[in-house]
Amino acid sequence: MSTHLVSMTVNGIERHARVEPRKTLADFLRDDCRLTGTHLGCEHGVCGACTVMIDGRATRSCLVFAVQTEGGRVTTVEGLAPDGELNPVQAAFEAEHGLQCGFCTPGFVVSATALLERNPSPTDDEIREGLSGNLCRCTGYQGILRAVHRAAQSMGARQS
Amino acid sequence: MSAITTRKAGRFIGQSVARKEDRRLLTGHGLYVDDVSLPGMLHAAFLRSDVARGTITRLDVDAARALDGVVAVYTWSDLHGTFGEAWHTMLGEELQVPPPLAIGDVRHVGEPIALVVAESRYLAEDAIELIEVDIDAGRAVVDFNTAAADTTNIVHQAWGLTSNAMVEVPFTPLSPDLDEVFANAAHVVECTVEQNRYLCVPMEARGILASWTPGRDEMDIVASCQGVHETRIFFSRYLQIPESSIRVSARDVGGGFGQKMFVFREECAVVLASRMLGRPVKWVEDRRENLLAASHSRNETGRVRLAIDADLTISAITVDHVADVGAYPPCPAIIDPMLLPGPYKIPRLGFSMAMVWTNTMGKGAYRGPWMFETTAREMAIDHAARTLGIDAVELRRRNLLAASDLPFTSPGGNLFKEITPLETLEHALTMLDYDAFRREQVQARAEGRLLGLGVCAYVEPTSMGVQSLASEGATVRVETSGKVMAFLGTTSHGQSIETTMAQVVADTLGVEYDDVTVVQAETQSTPYGPGTGGSRTAVIAGGAAREATLAVRDKVLAVAAHAMEAAVDDLDIDGGSVFVRGTPVKSMTMAEVAKAAYRNAHLLPPEVGSGLEATVRFRPNTFPTWSNATHLCVVEIDRASCIARVVRYIVSEDCGPMINPTVVDGQISGGVVQGIGGVLLEDFVYDGDGNPLTTTFVDYLLPTTTEIPVVEIGHVVTESSTNPGGFKGMGEGGAIGAHAAVANAVGDALAHLGINVLKTPLGPNDIHRLLVEAGAD
Repeated sequence: MSTHLVSMTVNGIERHARVEPRKTLADFLRDDCRLTGTHLGCEHGVCGACTVMIDGRATRSCLVFAVQTEGGRVTTVEGLAPDGELNPVQAAFEAEHGLQCGFCTPGFVVSATALLERNPSPTDDEIREGLSGNLCRCTGYQGILRAVHRAAQSMGARQS
Repeated sequence: MSAITTRKAGRFIGQSVARKEDRRLLTGHGLYVDDVSLPGMLHAAFLRSDVARGTITRLDVDAARALDGVVAVYTWSDLHGTFGEAWHTMLGEELQVPPPLAIGDVRHVGEPIALVVAESRYLAEDAIELIEVDIDAGRAVVDFNTAAADTTNIVHQAWGLTSNAMVEVPFTPLSPDLDEVFANAAHVVECTVEQNRYLCVPMEARGILASWTPGRDEMDIVASCQGVHETRIFFSRYLQIPESSIRVSARDVGGGFGQKMFVFREECAVVLASRMLGRPVKWVEDRRENLLAASHSRNETGRVRLAIDADLTISAITVDHVADVGAYPPCPAIIDPMLLPGPYKIPRLGFSMAMVWTNTMGKGAYRGPWMFETTAREMAIDHAARTLGIDAVELRRRNLLAASDLPFTSPGGNLFKEITPLETLEHALTMLDYDAFRREQVQARAEGRLLGLGVCAYVEPTSMGVQSLASEGATVRVETSGKVMAFLGTTSHGQSIETTMAQVVADTLGVEYDDVTVVQAETQSTPYGPGTGGSRTAVIAGGAAREATLAVRDKVLAVAAHAMEAAVDDLDIDGGSVFVRGTPVKSMTMAEVAKAAYRNAHLLPPEVGSGLEATVRFRPNTFPTWSNATHLCVVEIDRASCIARVVRYIVSEDCGPMINPTVVDGQISGGVVQGIGGVLLEDFVYDGDGNPLTTTFVDYLLPTTTEIPVVEIGHVVTESSTNPGGFKGMGEGGAIGAHAAVANAVGDALAHLGINVLKTPLGPNDIHRLLVEAGAD
């Protein structure tokens, strides 16, 4: 199968690779960039484990081909804590037991980070709606919802 | 919430310390099987049957083999004769894992027929498309309630069988006067409870990376599994090589819930392929495969009879229990009628049971595999209350065991000593404000709203001590640096074992939690363990960790006593220092003790042994360790959409002293939401020909943040005498109790319309049908 040169910025680093047009962004990130924090839980756009940000928007990387992201700016879960310090969402997930097995966690952390960038002080309903595209099978979502409330509060406190 | 406890919390045991697992998992640095890549690694994909029952008349893989990038295509004839026995230590020799690929015929949709190994998963899937297979379809056996009586269509006809019953136990009264009691009872209530088919659905599907090294003749396996040691001994038999030649690890596992407790036939095929090719082969299934072919659960029916006296004492209970085990059940033996009376003072029991083969995916373990006994009993009790026109809570109050009734031996032979069924019921009712709820319900009904309360009380047999499950091992070592490592036979897949077991070790030794590292899920460095499941880590692995730590503590004290010229009895350890009690200035750090024990070992007198390490196997003094809980669920059904929404969910439970309360609550909530999903959203459906209709997340609906309530959790704490920590297991309880609690809540919301809910699922279509049938639409 023919390949195409694709270039994009991933977590601030320029990446160039030759990929088949059918290669998903998720597989590009995992295989070509060796960023395995982006997980594949369903590969049909429901579970949200593969959520990354493309140009600041939370996107399911299993439903996007790498070639469609040409010239884009991608942030994966690895890019949220580049200096090793957890971002407010990650820190809140730790504080509120928002994860157990951790497989869905990167998708939730990216989705919640994008949600709070868009809406810094969401209501409980807005948080629930905002995360309804991510599936978790371990936590029953209790710690996740508490974590996003906590992150919103800590980010609000930091800004004020 | 309120707690009744006599045990003092430790510095770490009883505290909700931060999890050791979290930092790597939050930053995308977990290591799940698909995150591991090896040089020369190949990728596998399976051709699966899309026919439920039939004979393979043609299988042509030539075009697939010819595709660029395809390294091998295997069918049964290629694998035949390349492997040995295929059984698990826990299940015994009788239950062989089915052959890795179909032999001549297929018995369920999703059965693997051929294996492609290629340079990428993309290419492997391309090759699957090129395989030509013809199957002469036969009539599939799908309805398990009639399958046992079907003598024409036999699932395992090719084995020469003439019946679809895998196991049939005729009705067995466990009390000699059972018939008489039913004949003389003031009330006999009978109903049939039907539980739908739903699944574990771990977010990480199954996967394995097998890497055979020719010359060394060693097999290195990374698996998404619940037990690395069971996986190793399984493949030792299967490959007919010594255990020592196989290493199995599972650094991070994305959930299991029972599904990953045993080795699957697909994994067998991948391991064989790696050995034949002498290269690493990875198989990570997609979600369709996981829903279709990983294992199914919960599909069970029970006809329940209750004998009830005039004073509302339940004097006998019986069940005729039928379970669908599918065609090739990964773990079928999970019916326990002895659990039917549960936490009640019911003195008489009788049962029959049947496990029935069908042309569907086989039954596997799922969080509380024997939970149907709870579903059947609790839904039957609500049915009885409706039939007799009494309050279902009152009926439970009259019959539940209270602490003052203990010890109590159930008619099934279960001895309860330290459980609190009535206490958790009252606790949960207080949390709800029961009387206020009933007033609200009257008001709601007057307004035409459908509001209902469901109750479920249960006992959970944790830390079952059957055969290989009876014990766990632990090696604890103070390293030369003074830091502590604990090596356990567990395989965590979300249970926070690296955290909770470090809490146990740190408290028992007297060191800081941050100074303890737990190593597990790796066969070559850890003691044998049968796998993480059955709510057994706190009790059994926790017992092993504690006992091994105590043995190390003795060694630390002996070395320190010599170095400090003090008597062992005068020493204590806290905060990572050994000190003379009452003279805290005279102390040694753990690093100094380690230096004395290792670097200056030549200075130790002979009576002080070298090293600061101990290995202990621990077995609880009795089995099982019982925990218990009461769940309350409030639902409101929207009349327009027929969607039942869970408004409140309350759990009062007694798992004894908690190692980490936040982890306990997380386990409860996760299980509860799986139960809510199983009743209101999830349902794996086959059509009459055995075609699966729900093989994506668009059809098989999991609960999301928009469907779940806040789970309110309270604890009643009584210690168990089975283990030194007083702990009780609790990992499965949420999922055991939630099914009946949610179904009973829907039943209560509809009861005044003359609707009798005895069957799940209860999605909007089901509720709409009930309303239409009752003329209440």
